[in-house]
Amino acid sequence: MSYFDKRPPVKRYEHGSRVPGWDEAVDLTKPPATVPDPALTPVPAELREKIEAAMALYPDSKSASIPALHLAQQHHGWCSPEAIEQVACVMQLTPAYLTSVASFYDMFALTPKPKHDVYVCTNISCSLLGADEFYEQMCASAHGHEDIGVRGFECLGACDIGPMASVNGEYVGPLNLFDAQLIVEDLEAGRPVLEHKQLRNRAVADPQGRVADWTGIDPVGQEG
Amino acid sequence: MTPTHLLFDRIDEPGLNTLQGYEKRGGYSALRKAFAIPQAAIVEEISASGLRGRGGAGFKMGQKASFLPKGEMAKYLVCNADESEPGTFKDRELMQKCPHMLIEGMIITTFATGINHAFIYIRGEYELQADILEAAIAEAEAAGFIGENILGSGHSLKLVLHRGAGAYICGEETGLLDSLEGKRGNPRLKPPFPAIEGLYAGPTLVNNVETLATVPTIINMGGAEYAKIGTEGSTGTKLVSVSGDVQRPGNYEIVLGTSSREIIFDLCGGPKPGRTVKMWFPGGSSSPVLLEEDLDVAYDFDTLAKAGSMLGSGAIIVVDDTHSALEVAQKLTKFYAHESCGKCVPCREGTNWTHKMLARIESGEATPMDLDILASVQTQIIGNCLCVLGDAMAMPVGSIVAKFRDELEAEIEAASERANTVPVAPVQDAIPVGAH
Repeated sequence: MSYFDKRPPVKRYEHGSRVPGWDEAVDLTKPPATVPDPALTPVPAELREKIEAAMALYPDSKSASIPALHLAQQHHGWCSPEAIEQVACVMQLTPAYLTSVASFYDMFALTPKPKHDVYVCTNISCSLLGADEFYEQMCASAHGHEDIGVRGFECLGACDIGPMASVNGEYVGPLNLFDAQLIVEDLEAGRPVLEHKQLRNRAVADPQGRVADWTGIDPVGQEG
Repeated sequence: MTPTHLLFDRIDEPGLNTLQGYEKRGGYSALRKAFAIPQAAIVEEISASGLRGRGGAGFKMGQKASFLPKGEMAKYLVCNADESEPGTFKDRELMQKCPHMLIEGMIITTFATGINHAFIYIRGEYELQADILEAAIAEAEAAGFIGENILGSGHSLKLVLHRGAGAYICGEETGLLDSLEGKRGNPRLKPPFPAIEGLYAGPTLVNNVETLATVPTIINMGGAEYAKIGTEGSTGTKLVSVSGDVQRPGNYEIVLGTSSREIIFDLCGGPKPGRTVKMWFPGGSSSPVLLEEDLDVAYDFDTLAKAGSMLGSGAIIVVDDTHSALEVAQKLTKFYAHESCGKCVPCREGTNWTHKMLARIESGEATPMDLDILASVQTQIIGNCLCVLGDAMAMPVGSIVAKFRDELEAEIEAASERANTVPVAPVQDAIPVGAH
């Protein structure tokens, strides 16, 4: 057998760029979805109100598509076809347009997602400090917990607390392997996650930025 | 004595993120001062300060503002708070701890340029910072700093905070504008530049958070006085985010022109004891890497450019000698391949193939010839796309291949011995079907 026979075939399209859905067949027997009819599409009043408020903020209401998708995802748990339909109805856009937008951005889930999001940064600065090991540990610790979704994420902009994670939007770090289990326990108990490692309580690193009566986390006291 | 801390001075002070805390420190006094001088004079002050954009490109802010057409029309100011360049986290700290400094800077800038609509595009992951900014905007509105006829000046402003949803490309100014218009964040062809045709096809000024937050300081101290800080081509202070293998990572405010060694070693403690600096990125993961011997380079726009790299967003990432060059390059390419928006072929395919070629080194399928191909892929990306995302991978990866060639060749040999395969020219058959 030659070298070429032994090698796995090169996968041409399976790269990570933003082209999800290229291999999903379209049902050609169905007519394309048009702008939903408000009379036939029930939208929860609260969601409608919030989307309309977002639309009013911009000179062109289409600008509200990302805020509206955020709102719909919060309401439905993910950007389900139903959620997209409702946004399309309020904004008077086609579901296809909103799906194209939602599929571009990492924070929108077009498939059902667990209730809790744990984004582990696996980019350069964090990985130099062991983020890949932490990510694996986090996946292992969350295994069997259906409501916790662990994702490796691109740089979250908190390399000063690397390795770090964003747990339901709360930035925590620097993390060690033991913290993975603690994050799971805190989430299951409904507690604030790793309170002693939250970025919001952390002092700036620059000595001239400090104040004497700082009561939060002092990075020098912690690591120095 | 020239001041060294203009943005970060006692920024941890409790309550500084509220209007009351900010005003106690003299906040919004620059706005009152600005309203008393002619609009053109404010732009002149900014030009005289020599302030260069803090987001990455380092373009002079005064010059950019002067490109905006004069006269009555719908013009926009967009603050780029997307901050997704790996290694960068300075704007996060500024927005979280002193949001009013940014807001005041934006009000002054819109007054000076006759803009009545402003947006802050913040990355979706910065939830805490977005909440704080939203509260600060509401406070400023209630106090009459934002709205109709601000402080009787005749200037009106509507300021909207817009949350993104996770895409590196939305830090690129035209990708950001498309995203702000409610589309996929694909960059646009330039020219026309945003200053002529930007948001909703109107003239748009796009500036980074740190740049806009510096404006009140410039108005308060005067442009000429500000220009005395730093070096001739790089005036003022800069927030630097230091991360990776240093003992005290974090945000520091430095005077431009400070020695890089001083930042990495004196401020941040350098690598852990017993380890040495193998390479460092001076301006985010998109900047070409520098080596230990370059540590004495002065940290400013021009000197770093002369040294073959760039100041970029001011994010220093230090890599110590326990990490391999291959590991670093692979991390970079994985990121850029994921974040390429897919609009331009050289970037979409180039980032992806570069990542695959590096993976072959690791799996033992590469030959030293691959390094030449790897380098040539990078030169084919640079300058051939609508935006610089592809260049942002090509520059650091190209510099790693050039500077660590011996190490990579040794890695190729060791890996192929491990894999016990005969190294043949492997890339030939990887050319997509139809390419020949």
